[in-house]
Parts: sequence; C-alpha cells; structure tokens
Amino acid sequence: MALFYLVSIAIAAVMFLPFLWSLITSLKPSEDIFTFPIQWIPSKLTLEHYKSAFTTVPFGLYFWNSLVLAVAGVLANLFFGSLSGYAFAKLPFRLNKPLFRVLLLAMMIPGIVTMIPSFYVLRHIPFAGGNDWLGGGGNGLLNTFWGIILPGASGSFAVFFMRQFFLTLPNDMMEMARIEGCREFRIFWNIYLPLTKPALATLGIFTFQAGWNSFLWPMIVLNDPNKATIQMGLQAFSYNHQTDFGPMMAGALIAVFPILVLFLLLQKYFVQGIAFSGVKG
Amino acid sequence: MASAGKLHRHQARTAYLFITPTMLLFLIFTVIPVFMAFYLSFTNYDVLSHMDWAGWDNYRRLWQDSLYWLTFKNVLYYSVIFVPLNILISIGLGVLMNQRLRGIRLFRTLNYLPTLTSAVAAATVWVWLLHPEYGLVNGLLSYLGINGPAWLAQTETAMMSIILVTLWQSVGSNMVIYIAGLQGIPDYLYESAKLDGANAFQRFRYITWPQLRPTTFLVSTMSIIGALQLFDQAFVLTQGGPGNVTKTPVYLIYQQGFNQLQMGYASAQAFVLAIAILVFSFINMRLNKSEEPVV
Repeated sequence: MALFYLVSIAIAAVMFLPFLWSLITSLKPSEDIFTFPIQWIPSKLTLEHYKSAFTTVPFGLYFWNSLVLAVAGVLANLFFGSLSGYAFAKLPFRLNKPLFRVLLLAMMIPGIVTMIPSFYVLRHIPFAGGNDWLGGGGNGLLNTFWGIILPGASGSFAVFFMRQFFLTLPNDMMEMARIEGCREFRIFWNIYLPLTKPALATLGIFTFQAGWNSFLWPMIVLNDPNKATIQMGLQAFSYNHQTDFGPMMAGALIAVFPILVLFLLLQKYFVQGIAFSGVKG
Repeated sequence: MASAGKLHRHQARTAYLFITPTMLLFLIFTVIPVFMAFYLSFTNYDVLSHMDWAGWDNYRRLWQDSLYWLTFKNVLYYSVIFVPLNILISIGLGVLMNQRLRGIRLFRTLNYLPTLTSAVAAATVWVWLLHPEYGLVNGLLSYLGINGPAWLAQTETAMMSIILVTLWQSVGSNMVIYIAGLQGIPDYLYESAKLDGANAFQRFRYITWPQLRPTTFLVSTMSIIGALQLFDQAFVLTQGGPGNVTKTPVYLIYQQGFNQLQMGYASAQAFVLAIAILVFSFINMRLNKSEEPVV
C-alpha cells in the first residue's frame, strides 16, 4: 500500500512537473527566469508574459484560426462519419463489406505516403483558386482552410468508430419506423443518431484534439501568415524568441488550454473513448 | 415477396447516398494520392515547371544519398529504443493504475495529462526544461551534484532527449488502453493460479502478459507507425541537429519536397519509408502471433 502510493506519487510528479514548471516560468518576472539554482517561488506574480505573447505575435488570430479549423473538422467528421457509419452498420447493400474493408485497410497506410500527392491534388482541384476545369493555372485549394478541412472531413477512423457503435444498437426501431412510413434519413437522424451521443462526444473530442494539435499539414498548406494556426505560431514564436522563455511558456500553455478544459469537462468520455477504440480497434 | 425486394433496393440506394460524401473524399484524398505517390516518385515534379517522366533516376539517386540513409538510421535508432520502452512503461503504468485504491483517478489523470498536449507545445516546454544552464532537468540534477549535459545541443544526448519527451507524451494514452485490456481479463484465471501457488511474477508472466497480447499488438503497431514518422518533436526540439543526428526521414522529405521543391525525389523517399513502415508492422504482426497462447 505505502509502496504503491510512493511509486504513484513519484511517477505523477514526473508527469506533472513540466506543466507546473512552465506555469511558474510564465508567471515569473523576467529577471527571475534566469537564476541559478532554481527559484521555485517567483518573487512576484506577473501576467506580462501572457500580454507579450499576444502583442509581439498575433496569437489571438492564430488561436481563432485553429479554433475554426478544429471545430469544422469536428462537425464534418461527426456528420459524415455517422452517416456512413450508420449505412455500413445498418443498411444492407452489395458493396457494404468490400468498401468497408478498403476503408479499414486505408487506416494502415502511413500518412507520409499521401502527403505530397495530396498537396498535388489540392493544387489541381478544378475551378478552385483560379484553376480551370482541368485543374491548371491557379493554386487550387492551397493556402485556404478548405485544404485543411476537406482531406480530413470524413476520416476512416470516424466511419469505423461510428459503425462499431451503431452495430450495438438494435434493428427493431428501424423496422417499426419503416412500418410507420418514416423516411430513411429521418430514421437515421431522429431515431438512431440521438442514441449515439456518447460515441459522438468521444469522436468529437478526438477530432478536436487532432485538429487543434496538428502541425505538419497546416504548415504545408497554409503560407499566408494571417492563416497560421496556433501550433505554427507557437513554433515560429519559439524560434524567433529563443531566449524569451517567459512568453514562450505562456504561449505553450495557451496552446494547451482548450484541450485541458475540454478534458476536464468531458473526462468520462475521454477515457471511455480511448478504451473503446483501443480495445476494439 | 415483391415489397421486400423493393424495400431492399430502397435501402441500398439510401446507403449509397449516405456513404457518397465519405467515399468521394476517400477517393480524392486517399485512393488517388496512394497511386499518385507511386507515379510521382518516377517523375521530376517540382511544382513550378513541366513534369517529366524520370524513370528510375530518383531511386538511383536515393540509393546513393547518404543523408537519406542517415535519417533512416536515426529513426531506427529512435524506434528501437522508443517502442519497447513505450510498451514496458505503459504496461507497468497500466498494472499499477488498475488497482482500486483511493486517489487512483487523480493519479491516472496526472499520467494522462501529457497526452493531451500538442507535440509542438510539449516540445516547446521541454526546450526550456532541458535548457543547459537554467533548465529544470539540470537544476534537479545539480541537487544531486551532477553537472547535466547540454541535452539538445550535444550529439550524444539529442536523440535521447527526443525519446524522453515522446515517451512522456505517449505513455498516458497507452496506459488507458492497457487498463481497459487488464479489466477484460477474467478474475477466475488469477484465482485458480493463486490456488496453484503461482507468485505475482508468474501470474503476470503466464496470465497477464499472454492475455494482453491483442492490446500489446495494437499499442506496438501504433507506436511503430508513429515512431518511424517522427517529425514534430525533432522539428521543434532540435531542428534536426546537432550535425543531423536527429534529422528524420519525414523531416528530410518535408525539406526536399516543400523547401527545395524536389517533389518527385521526395515522393521516392516517402514511398521507400512507407514500405519500411509496412514491413516493420508486418514483422510486428508475426512476432505477436508466434508466441503460443498459454491460457
């Protein structure tokens, strides 16, 4: 018992210390940051680093851009993922199994393979960004938010995850509704979808986290500094301000903040979701 | 039954309608790119000028590109240390955190927190923690009278630092997967083993470990796929340095493709890396199957 607590506390301390240390650093006056040995308690608390994080770099704008992208990603995945997940789980059609297998197989493909060709495809989307109908001439969807949203709008994982959940729901509600003359979309939307709220919540959290935290793909697609995401901003910011650790820590904490809030609000779903997708995936 | 057939057709039509958006996006952003990756790797595509067929040129060049193989060696070195440690630590945490004791939820939460952070934010924080003079890590070491190294700036410790940071960030979610796996093991197995006089280590070796094989397979496959595509942390923590020791294939592909616009060549690099990832996942699959189930 005592040993268990000793070990657990030690591990938890190691895991939590980086958060605590960046929080302390972000609240210290600049002259306290570079002291040796370590100064655990700041001589006074100050928010100057948070202020300078927002004024030296357009951090508020980056925050907003990331929020738009992440929320769009969540809505698209919840809608398209559950729509297809429902079809694969509940509706009989000839290509059901083969198409689903192909989707599953695609989850095994490492992201690096599709990176360059996806860039090519985005650039050559017809009629977008000054392109002609053959996809030539302009920049396509590069440097637009669509270039981030569309490739991830209905991920294989979302479809798979929702399908697994729909499979656990009984079929007789569907049959009842059909006898009553209910249209197929309404059966999905009004009867089955409301029952998947826990799954939607879990998937929503995952998608938000992935969208908010993604770095490489936005960096490739977006060139306009006004469209930069918070992760790109944070990186550029830490690169340009190598020695300015106060604002850097403030920025890092701001970049983590929305996920932490989401986690604290929806902790139950978070853990369930990982367990569910982990074990059955 | 004519009406049943009609209903069936109607449902099938609805189903196709429902999956159309997904399949369309899947076609445009997965199926086409996968085939195109192969095609592009045989061209000299550079975004700006006309794309020409280059035959095996890219692969010939790749074969002699020592930097590319260096990045491969780096990421293999990283994976060989990271993947087993990741599994050992998460399984350890899973067993430790699978008890019914007071405060367990708080401990689990604290272990899980790092997983929520973005790679960029985590790496940014660790740049400061690993600061040679004023960083927390060396500060704590100095309490023990140890003069810590310049973690990210020395060739000997740079990759170790990345391993440390990525482990800190990934063991939490794997712990949760392992806890779920552990809770799926039926109690009677342990009870009968206890009756047979098995000690704690034997119970772990002959019950827990084999019963967790599907979980371990999942966790190890995911970590191999992730590890061989290491990018974010290497980009933020060390910018591939010092002396290229932390430069990874994805990093090189990014530079080659998007900074130097040699997309054809970068595609060949990506294609070879993808095959390596599939090969390692496959080896992992065989390894996980080969051990005979004991229970």
